[in-house]
Amino acid sequence: MSDSSPSLSPMQAAWRRFCRHRINLAALGFLILLIVLCVLGPLFSPYAQDAQDLELKAVNISAPHWLGTDTLGRDMLTRILQGGRVSLSVGLLATAVAACIGVTYGLISGLAGGRIDAAMMRVVDILYAFPFINFVILLMVVFGRQFWLIFVAIGAVEWLTMARVVRGQVLSLKNLEFVTAAKASGASFRHIVLKHLLPNVIGPVIIYASLTVPGVMLLEATLSFLGLGIQPPDASWGVLLGDGSQVMQTYPWLLLYPGLFFSSTLLALNILGDGLRDAFDPKSAAQE
Amino acid sequence: MIRFLLSRLLQGVIVIFMVITITFFLSKMIPGGLIQNEKNVSPVTLKAQAEYYGWDKPLIVQWWKQIVHYATFDMPESTHFRGRYIDEIIASGFPVSASVAVLALSIALSIGIPVGAISALKPHTLEDRVSMLATTTGICMPTMVSGPIIALVLGLHLRWFNASGWQESGDVVLPAVTLGIIYSAYIARLMRGSLRETLALEFIRTARAKGAGEIAVVFRHAMKLACLPVLNFLGPAAAGLLTGSFVVETTFQLPGLGQFFIAAVKNNDHQLTMGLSVLFAALIVFFNLLVDLLQAWLNPRIRLQA
Repeated sequence: MSDSSPSLSPMQAAWRRFCRHRINLAALGFLILLIVLCVLGPLFSPYAQDAQDLELKAVNISAPHWLGTDTLGRDMLTRILQGGRVSLSVGLLATAVAACIGVTYGLISGLAGGRIDAAMMRVVDILYAFPFINFVILLMVVFGRQFWLIFVAIGAVEWLTMARVVRGQVLSLKNLEFVTAAKASGASFRHIVLKHLLPNVIGPVIIYASLTVPGVMLLEATLSFLGLGIQPPDASWGVLLGDGSQVMQTYPWLLLYPGLFFSSTLLALNILGDGLRDAFDPKSAAQE
Repeated sequence: MIRFLLSRLLQGVIVIFMVITITFFLSKMIPGGLIQNEKNVSPVTLKAQAEYYGWDKPLIVQWWKQIVHYATFDMPESTHFRGRYIDEIIASGFPVSASVAVLALSIALSIGIPVGAISALKPHTLEDRVSMLATTTGICMPTMVSGPIIALVLGLHLRWFNASGWQESGDVVLPAVTLGIIYSAYIARLMRGSLRETLALEFIRTARAKGAGEIAVVFRHAMKLACLPVLNFLGPAAAGLLTGSFVVETTFQLPGLGQFFIAAVKNNDHQLTMGLSVLFAALIVFFNLLVDLLQAWLNPRIRLQA
């Protein structure tokens, strides 16, 4: 392949492959724009997210309210951007929680090998059969729907596949010659793990993490849609979709606009995940 | 084979045991508890009620009683609907969730498999691009977006079906379509990827070299192997659908198991919460086992390992 000249690190080569498809860059650009909008938008908005204009009630697109207002006269654009903050941060934080647990578990299991590995993987098999959504719903009721709990609960659910991925990677790496060479030259265990194993595990972790983010955002939206996640007056896209679906017959835009934001974000995240997979795993890209 | 089945059975028992334990202690931690929810209850009533349900006993005794209930298949009484046993409550909701699930899966398979297969057989053609565009859009339309839109357009505007409720036989259609769309999108993508990978394998070239026709190559040789990832996806998907989709049952107001679970948690109905969690876990275990057996049957290279 022309771009894998020896001067490129695996990361740089992957980045080049990623850039070869314009749709990947478009998805990345869209997500960056969205994050900037969600972070900065509410700061510059003339409306607070819970400020009501009682005379307006629900109106569609108009000059002062670019995306209209909801049934309580709150500015929809502000609420959607504020909700985006919540949805995106839950998506990223819960994925980070899942990645931390999964990478640690997978590393230990893969490095330990033998019986410990077999036992740890059996635990993962058993956990796969758990009705996790039920536990998350129960947790939400028990601990009173706190924001931090949502991403800890979701993160604690989503680490299983990550652990399997990392463990498989470690198993295939740990007996390779470069690791043996490092051991022979007297490198400490810590050095081998941090400098030799982790950098080689990072690729699959990034791929899988990027595919986890949309799943996590969906789970958060499900909880909030059911009234078990983020609580009003705070907004998340799940809350807005739930509210919108209650009044969709009279005010369909209250469902439509948050839906458009949510769906296009999921679309961009899926494209990004596929793009990263192809970039880090040239074999799958070669088949395209 | 027998060793495999025994070890999976043991694994299933462990899963159910842990699910009972976790659900028990989580529901005991719900603040307030069932009795405080009612106002102006006299202490005498409270005591009688606690005695009736055995809440005055130590936690460990209560927990053991739960284990015995499920080990002997003797289902307890609901703690919210007095005098009704949880198995009859679950039996009343199961047909609702199950009929939606069966129709949704049929829709998903009858759209997803052909669309994915055609895409894989004609890569980079117009058909491929259109179907991939459609499936990508489908995946990005989660049920909390598509469900209300379908209810609005097909239910309230066109009036083809009722937008919500469970009175007529036609009420199954809209929820099933909502779920069928997103599942067919997943299946089509899986099918396309795996069929393309399979068609590039050596044994397909051998089959072609021997003079097998294109139809025989695809249906007799490639499809068997290419279906494995779809099957892998279908196991958990079927379990999830049978136990009721929380979002779709809420959107269309169906009296199915998903709604029952949310109501049970909110009503502090510990026994029904427990029963549904155990049922969900048992279905996941069962479908995972079924998938493993089917995979071994379709692909002789897969060995069932204990």
